[in-house]
Amino acid sequence: MKQDRSTTIVSLAGIGLAFLALWLLHAFGGYYIERIVIGVGINLILVISLNLANGFTGLFSLGHIGFMAIGAYASAILTLPLSLKSTNLPDLPSFLARTQMAFLPAVLIGGLIAMLVAFLIGLSLMRLTGPYISVATMGFLVIVQVVLTNWDSMTRGARTFAGVPEYTNVWNVWIWAMLVLYIVWRIKFSSFGRKMMAARDNEIAARSLGINVVASRLLAFCLSAFFTGVAGALWAHFITAFSPKSFYFSQTFSVVTMLVVGGLGSLSGSVVGVMLITLLSEILRNAERGFAIGPLVIPEVYGASQVIMAILFVLFIVFRPRGLLGDAELDVRKFFKREKEVAG
Amino acid sequence: MPTATTQTNHVLLEVKNLSKSFRGLMAVQNYHVRLVEGEILGIIGPNGAGKSTVFNLFTGHLRPTDGSIEFRNIDITNAPPEEIASLGIGRTFQNIRLFGSMSCLGNVIAALQMKERQNLLEAVLNLSRFREQEKRLESQALALLALFNLQEQVNAPALSLSYGDQRRLEIVRALALNPRLLLLDEPTAGMNPHESAEVIRLIKRIHDDYTLTIIIIEHNMPLVMKVCSRIQVLNYGEIIAEGTPEKVRNDPRVIESYLGRAG
Repeated sequence: MKQDRSTTIVSLAGIGLAFLALWLLHAFGGYYIERIVIGVGINLILVISLNLANGFTGLFSLGHIGFMAIGAYASAILTLPLSLKSTNLPDLPSFLARTQMAFLPAVLIGGLIAMLVAFLIGLSLMRLTGPYISVATMGFLVIVQVVLTNWDSMTRGARTFAGVPEYTNVWNVWIWAMLVLYIVWRIKFSSFGRKMMAARDNEIAARSLGINVVASRLLAFCLSAFFTGVAGALWAHFITAFSPKSFYFSQTFSVVTMLVVGGLGSLSGSVVGVMLITLLSEILRNAERGFAIGPLVIPEVYGASQVIMAILFVLFIVFRPRGLLGDAELDVRKFFKREKEVAG
Repeated sequence: MPTATTQTNHVLLEVKNLSKSFRGLMAVQNYHVRLVEGEILGIIGPNGAGKSTVFNLFTGHLRPTDGSIEFRNIDITNAPPEEIASLGIGRTFQNIRLFGSMSCLGNVIAALQMKERQNLLEAVLNLSRFREQEKRLESQALALLALFNLQEQVNAPALSLSYGDQRRLEIVRALALNPRLLLLDEPTAGMNPHESAEVIRLIKRIHDDYTLTIIIIEHNMPLVMKVCSRIQVLNYGEIIAEGTPEKVRNDPRVIESYLGRAG
């Protein structure tokens, strides 16, 4: 909780190292590696913002991918080239049909719309607790899905929404990811974060201190929806073609796995979770094409990676339900301090 | 000795005709109290007599079926807990309610911060005003924890503390709200005699140092007799006796409810 110069130096050094690593990957990694690095950056934003809602307040939302979809479609519609709009989305309202926005404002608007929706549903949902909130937010995910598949004039319905300009690159994704990590980190160690976690640990005690539980949950939910919307927009400009099905249970499951493996409430845990799961799923995805170790030949088993990931998730829930880090943070200073104590 | 003689006789809490029924079962009936600033009131009674229910009614965690509660001349009968806390009633719970995964320091700061306002933008930008505020909160919290001999455990998660330490931490947290009225629900339950004696000493001390008004629910009779200037005895949700410790101790109805009818 102490804020001193060493923390700033350590975090600046960390950010510097991260960008150096990004530059190296960018310069020497090739196309495949670059795609993974961008994917990791987007997943970081998704998991950290989910942690802000689920980890800090303890209300386990299963509907966040709905906010991702809102951000993605909003930004895609706003930036689609005018020529494509007239052919692909002929029934757009005229003010949308005539505008083609730049990348940054479109991403921000995508996030803001997601936040507005979160505020409206949060007013009532944030009064729920436990499994009820999970079921209710999952209902929200289904509603978003149904709206997307039926709002033909805006989304092309269930058909693929293609031709989104490819604006996303390693740099803008990772600047966003670092920004989100920094903001959520600051919230965790401020009165706002303490209110959220107090209400999570004991709602009755929190109220007896004068904490407005619904308001602090709503703050977490709305900010989280904003960042999730931003991640959705970045993803839309990364993948460039998607359909409503891209934002459903399998995406929800992937993000929730990363969060739970890392540890609810721990931001460094989220980073570890995203890296670990991405790495593992890439290795497994390549392995399911079949490979040979000396004389032993493993045939191709498509879908095996998903099964293994699911089994891994179950094992985590059984043996380490609080994730790798619980809600503690990796502390570089503590590591150095211990070294010093040993030396002295 | 408590400096109760210097009090200005301001009425802090005025409760009239308070009743609460749970599906027809009367948990509290016709309860009343007028509390003067600086007083320490003890509420005793057998299990299930409605003592904790009275606290829950005071702090808005339960809504009364009937009656009125005025605190500092403000009607709080149907006010929510958050509002009552901000008016200056701090409390502990019979079944301890800490923020288990947070450190002791975090538990206390969560209460201390309620009288300060933080701006989200300042917090995110880590401006110097925010940093100073955090430092001030931390040093205040450390001082309070040290007062209750918890300085060794400041960074330990609240749930990892021993039972007695958890009770003390909860008192510190309630005190950190800087309340006018402190409600302590069995502050020495589960403690050994040595620990309870220490807590009694601390309760007396904070009463003097912070000019607090305190209501204590207790089973520990010697404690109540030692600390309280006035005692109410509840049984089946009703006040069956009230007065100085000596008067209550010799009241035949009290003896009967505690020891059973003699002969």
